[in-house]
Amino acid sequence: MASTAIYVEAINQAIMEEMERDQSVFIMGEDIRRSVYGATAGLLDKYGENRVLDTPLSENGFFGAAIGASLVGMRPIVETLTSFMWVAMDQLVSQAAKMRYMFGGQATLPVVYRATMFYGGGSAAHHSDRSYPMFMNMPGFKILVPATPRDAKGLLKTAIRDNDPCIVFEDGTLGGATGEVEEGDAALVPFGVADVPRSGSDVTVVAIAGAVPMALRAAEELEEDGVSVEVIDPRTLVPLDKSTILESVAKTGRLVIADPAHKVCSAASEIASIVSQEGFWDLQAPIMKVAAEQVHIPYTPVLERLVYPSSEKIADAVRVTLED
Amino acid sequence: MENVSKEKLVQMLERMWLIRHFEVRVMEVHAAGEFTGAAHPYIGEEAVAVGACAALEDTDYIAGNHRSHGHPLAKGGSVKRAMAELYGRVDGYCKGKGGSMHLADFSIGILGESGIVASSVPVATGAALAAKIRGEDFVSMVFFGDGASNQGACHESMNLAALWSLPVIFLCENNQFAVTTSYHDSVSVEHISDRAAAYNMPGVLVDGQDAVAMYEATREAVARGRAGEGPTLIEALTYRYEEHSLGLGRVRRGEYRTQGQIDEWRERDPIDVLEHTLTTQGILTREECDAISKAKADEVDEAVEFARNSPYPEPEELYDDMWADPIPLP
Repeated sequence: MASTAIYVEAINQAIMEEMERDQSVFIMGEDIRRSVYGATAGLLDKYGENRVLDTPLSENGFFGAAIGASLVGMRPIVETLTSFMWVAMDQLVSQAAKMRYMFGGQATLPVVYRATMFYGGGSAAHHSDRSYPMFMNMPGFKILVPATPRDAKGLLKTAIRDNDPCIVFEDGTLGGATGEVEEGDAALVPFGVADVPRSGSDVTVVAIAGAVPMALRAAEELEEDGVSVEVIDPRTLVPLDKSTILESVAKTGRLVIADPAHKVCSAASEIASIVSQEGFWDLQAPIMKVAAEQVHIPYTPVLERLVYPSSEKIADAVRVTLED
Repeated sequence: MENVSKEKLVQMLERMWLIRHFEVRVMEVHAAGEFTGAAHPYIGEEAVAVGACAALEDTDYIAGNHRSHGHPLAKGGSVKRAMAELYGRVDGYCKGKGGSMHLADFSIGILGESGIVASSVPVATGAALAAKIRGEDFVSMVFFGDGASNQGACHESMNLAALWSLPVIFLCENNQFAVTTSYHDSVSVEHISDRAAAYNMPGVLVDGQDAVAMYEATREAVARGRAGEGPTLIEALTYRYEEHSLGLGRVRRGEYRTQGQIDEWRERDPIDVLEHTLTTQGILTREECDAISKAKADEVDEAVEFARNSPYPEPEELYDDMWADPIPLP
């Protein structure tokens, strides 16, 4: 049955439903029992201290402990912020990503890392990371970037049931976004299937995470100018639904990619590379990337707002693709 | 000693000889160019893994490090599959994808060796966490060196394990050197086992050349773990006879130890120590000890032949084993 939820409640519902469904699911992280970010509210009362673990500030230690637990049959969920993942990179990269392949398929690691991206709110350089491109560069992770409550819930549920290491990049700028969510198995959202929240015929905008609502606003604005924009939300970056993107570009001939992460070697770069190689003859204009400027995140709002994509920047890029 | 069965003692000697012959043959065939890549001989340290693993069941877990051949063989891993892995063949433990530093056999609790120093310490801690959450009585043991004892991963894991009373045995193989750096130059305490006090767990200093002492110390730590009394740090004092890795002697500039020191440790060779115990106690004769050595040398020869005859993987196997739930290639 569908109901309305905000993004962070949808995450909470996913965890609740999957912990109820499967005893091997447990969650660990810093300050999750008191749920300082809201996503783990009520878990302690319902599932107890054994399955809801507050950890010391030891990311490398407990990210790795999640891996070890997953190897012997548990399904851990780890809550963290993107910026704390740097502290645990050895466990993420040397172990989580590589273990299965390195051991010839003997290791199965059903572990989920939920990493919130807090950016755009004056958190400055140490707390504003949007690090999914760096993990896309490392084989071994499934990478999810939900932009709606429905996908935040559905992708997380699918990730918990998946048997490989998954990283869910939860977009803090969308924490209060409202939308419809389903319950139980009906809520599951498959990996590798893009969403097309708006159909159009002139220009394709592929938007990632927090850029999705910006792209939709830009599309509305451009419609007033008689420009029809198709918005694609890949929802998962690994695996990436490239056929939906290529089919859209075959129809529109024009592509803008909106990505809140740094623009060099980014998800946007990868999508541009795929389309330039596999959809080259469909293109009628250069591909435009609207990604974060290649600079650290400044604290002061007057500078910070210059860094990220915006609906204005996306609309401008769309217009560029339409220039003769 | 009175509480150690004859069967157990003989098995320990067998596994120590198996590791010794395995490593000697690895050095020979590597020097002959039969396979390439890094390998780190465990010669001189056999009593540590063998004594410790003798205290475990197949349902218990181990994880290890780059000095990686002794641990799986000590836990009962297949010598043929281990050798075939070093040769990069399909019959290797990891189908040729892991090599020397990543031997693993999940079917008997060997959760894999790790090439990054201290990186498997959190992983083993997590296996122990699963035991606690599920209320089961298996334990987890992790082998790491004196060098690894300085890594944050080690300290974070020890704190977690003690905080949560996890059944994990932190087994520090202090072989005196991290590549060329003496632990006296890198560790702030006299003994690495002293660090256990900082995490409110027992720290035990053991003669790592004595397999029986290793077995007894580990057995006690395992019993604590199974009883829900938490982790133990065991420091095994041992010695690496060979260079850090095969071939390093050819490129290294500058000495870091004397022949006198090596000879001194060789005088207490772990195999000699156990054989002395077994023969003086009348458990085995000299001839029986020699027969064990010969049998294990033959087993290693067979493993080398097995590895040589095992095929290399096919090119289409490149992408296999990436995913448990496969996704399309990018």
